[in-house]
Amino acid sequence: MEIDPFIFRLSIFILSIFIGYYVVWSVTPSLHTPLMSVTNAISSVIIVGAIIAGLAGNSDNNFTISNILGLLAISLAAVNIFGGFLVTQRMLQMYKKKKKDK
Amino acid sequence: MSANLSAIFYLISGVLFILALRGLSSPETSRQGNFFGILGMIIAITVTFLSVGNFSSGLIYVLIFLLIGGLIGAFIAYKIPMTAMPELVAGFHSLVGLSAVLVAVSAFLNPEAFNLGSPGSIKLASLIEMSIGAAVGAITFSGSIIAFLKLQGIMSGSPITFRGQHLFNAFLLISIVALTYLLCSTQSSNFFWVLLAVSFLIGFLLIIPIGGADMPVVISMLNSYSGWAAAGIGFTLENSALIITGALVGSSGAILSYIMCKGMNRSFFNVILGGFGATEQTSSSGDKDRRPVKNGNAEDAAFLMKNASSVIIVPGYGMAVAQAQHALREMVDTLKKNDIKVTYAIHPVAGRMPGHMNVLLAEANVPYDEVFELEEINNDFANADVAFVIGANDVTNPAAKNDPQSPIYGMPVLDVEKCKSVLFVKRSLSPGYAGIDNDLFYKENTLMLFADAKKMTEDITKNL
Repeated sequence: MEIDPFIFRLSIFILSIFIGYYVVWSVTPSLHTPLMSVTNAISSVIIVGAIIAGLAGNSDNNFTISNILGLLAISLAAVNIFGGFLVTQRMLQMYKKKKKDK
Repeated sequence: MSANLSAIFYLISGVLFILALRGLSSPETSRQGNFFGILGMIIAITVTFLSVGNFSSGLIYVLIFLLIGGLIGAFIAYKIPMTAMPELVAGFHSLVGLSAVLVAVSAFLNPEAFNLGSPGSIKLASLIEMSIGAAVGAITFSGSIIAFLKLQGIMSGSPITFRGQHLFNAFLLISIVALTYLLCSTQSSNFFWVLLAVSFLIGFLLIIPIGGADMPVVISMLNSYSGWAAAGIGFTLENSALIITGALVGSSGAILSYIMCKGMNRSFFNVILGGFGATEQTSSSGDKDRRPVKNGNAEDAAFLMKNASSVIIVPGYGMAVAQAQHALREMVDTLKKNDIKVTYAIHPVAGRMPGHMNVLLAEANVPYDEVFELEEINNDFANADVAFVIGANDVTNPAAKNDPQSPIYGMPVLDVEKCKSVLFVKRSLSPGYAGIDNDLFYKENTLMLFADAKKMTEDITKNL
């Protein structure tokens, strides 16, 4: 019997939880705030779903409700992607090794 | 672009996201990590465009909406003050939640676009995944909105409780399961809308009973939820980048919640059930308040520190409120010029979100190798001359170590009282959020400095 593709996705999911577990424990506590903002940014990869929804079956500018919801989701996710990565970058810049200014 | 090829690219972007988190293990590698994250995102978005392959007029709208969101996001990222980071993160969580809901609804209305079947006969597995994604997304959204309002001070930070609250929440949670079942067996869209409404309500009800200082746990928890919502949608869309990211973010938020709970010696359920600090506040304002304290001014504090050889600074939420981090750093610079050793001690739950104090100190150009976590520095207090507590209270309370009756008994605290002298910068004698008195205020070697944290720090610097 063939294995349902769902099982493969489930495997990816479970293994990723474990990767996440070990990777996040190794994050230094002083970077916990950038950790939150960067996880925020990457979870907005949900934008791929929004793009599909926004473009689906739209060839002659007849927007369905489904398309419009997709477009809105694109904007929301984009706020997060740009905002999340940039604010993380801004924070991490502050953690640059300071020259001992004496 | 073939489905297999795009799946491989999604996998690559998933791996890049793992590297983005891995980079945060040290400040040196962190910026490279963030770059990996951005690269992963660019790959995922580009591949999606290529695999949809629909470069019709619709594309221009997609790009416009992308640009609008991007500009707003970039604007916020540059304008936001570092002290407002908790609000920003809460606000961003709500957006992830809402976009998960929108994508789920869109997929529900137009399942053909996602290869999930047709309206009225959506594949069972997809329907379940969609419901989970939508429900968790909705909870994340409304919960984050409440957290945001509480952090902004638009809504009171004190817990809001009512009779039968827990029972009602439990009932709603069970009804979500029941609604998912009904939705799957009937395919009727009505159940889907009710499911969404109930989920929004739960998110709201879950967060209102939680007090302001428990926000580090709440924010971490919502962080985790936003991850699980993304993973749920990832299963629906059969997209490995989303599944990997969702799992990463989900476990990241869960670990942070665990660390925050441990920092307060409370169980996760204790925090979630809420109401902490609401009951004690009335009892503490009794006869205890009349004990004498030693009241000092900036001159006394400057004198004490000038004659010290080592000073440990303990920042708390009060420093963030007063925006005193820059003034603090100037004070420390002056101390260092006098060859006084200065270090910073950070309690895991100081502030309103994990790592809150570290970011503020970094903003004020404090080198991160002078900043230490509780376990690293706690033994040093015994050898230090002065502990300078600025805007912190409960995290220094010795009652957590020696009073089994205290509500915070067992919580790890900074051993500030072991220093030769302790300086407390505080606006008043009022107890901390836990609503309990701090014995430290009345100790022989404690000097209370009643003032705004920023003003007091500046005055001390003048007197040094």
